[in-house]
Amino acid sequence: METVITSYLDKKFDELQKKDNDNKFAALRAKEFGRFQKAGIPGYKNEEWKYTFINNLFKKEYKLDTIDADRAALQKELTAMKLPGSENANELVFVDGHYAPELSSLLLDNGQLNISSLSAAANNEYKTLVEENLNQSSKYITDGLLALNSSFIEEGIFILVKKNQVIDKPIYIYHLNNAVENNLLAQPRSLIIVEESAKVQIVEHYHTIGQMDSLANEVMEIVVKENAIVEYYKIQQDSPNASQVGTTHIRQVGKSFVHTVTISLNGGIIRNNINIIMEEAGNEAHMYGLYLIKENTHVDNHTLVDNTKPNCFSNEFYKGIIDGHATGVFSGKIYVRPDAQKTNAYQSNKNILLSDTATVNTKPQLEIYADDVKCSHGCTVGQLDPEALFYLRTRGIGLQDAQAMLLQAFSSDILEQIKIEPLRKYVDTIVTGRLLPQEPAMAL
Amino acid sequence: MLKIKDIHASIDGKEILKGLNLDIQPGEVHAIMGPNGGGKSTLASVLAGRENYEVTAGTIDFDGKDMLDLSPEERAREGLFLAFQYPVEIPGVSTTNFIKTAVNEKRKHLGQPPLDAVAFLKTMKEKTALVEIDKSLLSRSLNEGFSGGEKKRNEIFQMAMLEPKLAILDETDSGLDIDALRIVANGVNQLRNEHNSIIVITHYQRLLDYLQPDFVHVLVEGKIVKSGTKELALELEEKGYDFIKESLNATAAV
Repeated sequence: METVITSYLDKKFDELQKKDNDNKFAALRAKEFGRFQKAGIPGYKNEEWKYTFINNLFKKEYKLDTIDADRAALQKELTAMKLPGSENANELVFVDGHYAPELSSLLLDNGQLNISSLSAAANNEYKTLVEENLNQSSKYITDGLLALNSSFIEEGIFILVKKNQVIDKPIYIYHLNNAVENNLLAQPRSLIIVEESAKVQIVEHYHTIGQMDSLANEVMEIVVKENAIVEYYKIQQDSPNASQVGTTHIRQVGKSFVHTVTISLNGGIIRNNINIIMEEAGNEAHMYGLYLIKENTHVDNHTLVDNTKPNCFSNEFYKGIIDGHATGVFSGKIYVRPDAQKTNAYQSNKNILLSDTATVNTKPQLEIYADDVKCSHGCTVGQLDPEALFYLRTRGIGLQDAQAMLLQAFSSDILEQIKIEPLRKYVDTIVTGRLLPQEPAMAL
Repeated sequence: MLKIKDIHASIDGKEILKGLNLDIQPGEVHAIMGPNGGGKSTLASVLAGRENYEVTAGTIDFDGKDMLDLSPEERAREGLFLAFQYPVEIPGVSTTNFIKTAVNEKRKHLGQPPLDAVAFLKTMKEKTALVEIDKSLLSRSLNEGFSGGEKKRNEIFQMAMLEPKLAILDETDSGLDIDALRIVANGVNQLRNEHNSIIVITHYQRLLDYLQPDFVHVLVEGKIVKSGTKELALELEEKGYDFIKESLNATAAV
C-alpha cells in the first residue's frame, strides 16, 4: 500500500523560511511545522477523523506555489465563477491559496473596513491585533492539517470591520485554484476582526480549473466583538477532483450574534470545521447546512460549540440529501463548561438517502459540566415519506415530480437562511435544477 | 362510469375485500356504510391506487379504462379524486403551488395548455368561496398546522379545483363540527352535476342528510351485503348494523 507522502513539504518549508529571514510569521511557521511533523496527517484512528479518510489525498505530491498564469485567462475564470450580487459586493480573490490583491476590488473606504494582506497587517498599526488573534484556532484543532496551513502562512487576508460600521455590501471571497498542469495544495488563510456594533456578511466560493487534483486546506479565523453581527456563507460546488479541508474558527469575544450557512453541492472530499467559541456571556449563534450530494462526493460537517460563559444560545440545523455513492457526515460537539450555566444548545441533523449505496454518519457529542442547561440533539436518516408521496400522486402529480417537490420542501428551510437575496436565489435555482426530474430517470 | 367486478384485495397477506361488486353511473351519488373493519377505507385505497394493497382478483373499469393498470397519478388525471380521511401535512410545499401543479398536470393530460396566472387566480377565487376556505390557508404549507376542519375543507377545495369525474369522500365528515359539516356538504352539492359521480364513505346519517344519496350500500366483511335507497341509511341509523348481520346469519343458516 502506498504511504502518505509529506517529505517534499520539508523542502518547500525551508525555501519559504529562507525567502524572507525576518518575516513576522517565521517563528510561528517554524513552531507549527514542528507540530505538523509530529502530528502528521490524521488517520481514521483519530476520533475526529473517524468517518473521513483523508490519507488518500496525501499519497501524491502537490504544488504549493502559485503559477505565473496568464492574467487574462485568470480574469476570465474569475468572471465565470462570480456569484450573483457580486456587482454590489467587496470582492477578494485567492489564487492557489495566495491572496491576489490585483484581482480583488473593494467598494468601501478605509473608514469602514480595512482590508489588506495578512503580512502587511502584521507590520503596520494592526500588528498587535494580528499577534493576539492569529492562530487561536490551534488551541482547538491539534491535527496536522491546521498546523500545515499555519506552517505556510505567507500572503493571507486581513479584514478589520471597524466599530459601529454596518457593511451593507457583502464581502465575497473567491478561491480560484489552478490544477491544469499539477496537483495543487492551496492553503488560504484569513483573519477577520469585527469590532463593536459592526455588521458584516462574508461569502466564500470555490472554483478549480483543470483535471488534476486539488486540495484546499483553508483556515479562517473570525473574532466577533460586543454587539457585532456576522453572517457567514460557504458555497461549495467545485469539481469532483477538488477536495477541501476548511476550518472556520469563530470567537465570540463579546456578546454578539453569528449566523452561518454551509451549502455543499459538489466536490471530492470536503471537510468543514466550524468552531464557535462562546467567550462571553449572552452570545448567540445559528449554524445551518445543506449537503445535496451524489456520485462519490464526501461531505463532513464537523462543528464545535464551546460554551465557556453563562447564558449562551446556539442552534445547529443540518440537512442532507445523499444519492449515488456519496457520503454525508455530521459530527457536532457541544461543550458546556462549569461556568456556562443557563446554556441553551440545540442540534438537529436530518438526512434523506436516495440510493442504496449512499451513506450517512451522524454523531452528536455533548460534554456538559454545568447543571442548569438545556441541550438537545436529534438526527434522522430515512427516505421520503411514502404517505406524502401518495397524497401528491393522487392529485395527478407524477412520482418524480412528487419526489422533487418533497425534496425541495426538505431543503427549503435551510435555503431560507441565506439572507443575501441574489445568493439565495442562485443556490435555490441550482438546488431546484438538481432535484427536478431528468429524462429518462431521476438523477441528481 | 365505474364498474367494480368481484374485487379481492389484501394487505400484508390478509384479505380485506372478498368479492366486491359495484356499478356507478354518471351523476349518481353512492353512500357506502358499514362497521369498522368491513373494508370501506380499503375500497377507497384500492380505487386510488395505494401501493401496499394487492388486488388478487377482479376488475375495475373506469370510463372504459382498466383502472388497475393505471398509476395513482394517471387515475387522478383521468378524473378520479380521493378526499383523504387523514389529509397529509407536507411542510415546505405551498398549498397554492401544489394545486397549480396538480391542475396543470391534469390539463396537460387532457391536451390543454397550462392555466396562466390570471386564469388560475380567478378559478382559485371562485372555488375558495365555494368551500368558504380562508385564503390565508392557501399561502401556507400544505395542511401544515391546519385544524381538522380546515384540512377537510382543503380536500373539498382541491376537489373543486380538479373537477373530477369520480370523487371518493373517505369519512370526510369525521371530526367536523356541525357548521363545518354543512359547509363541506354544501361545497360537495354545488360540485354535483349529471356528468360526475360521488362515492361517500361514512358512518353517519348526518352527512347523507345533506347529500341525499341515490344509493346506499352496506359493506360487511369485504362484500356489499345490502343495497338500497337513502331510506336504508335511516334504517341503519336506527337499528345499527346488527340487524343486517342477523339477517345474513339467518340466510346462511337456511
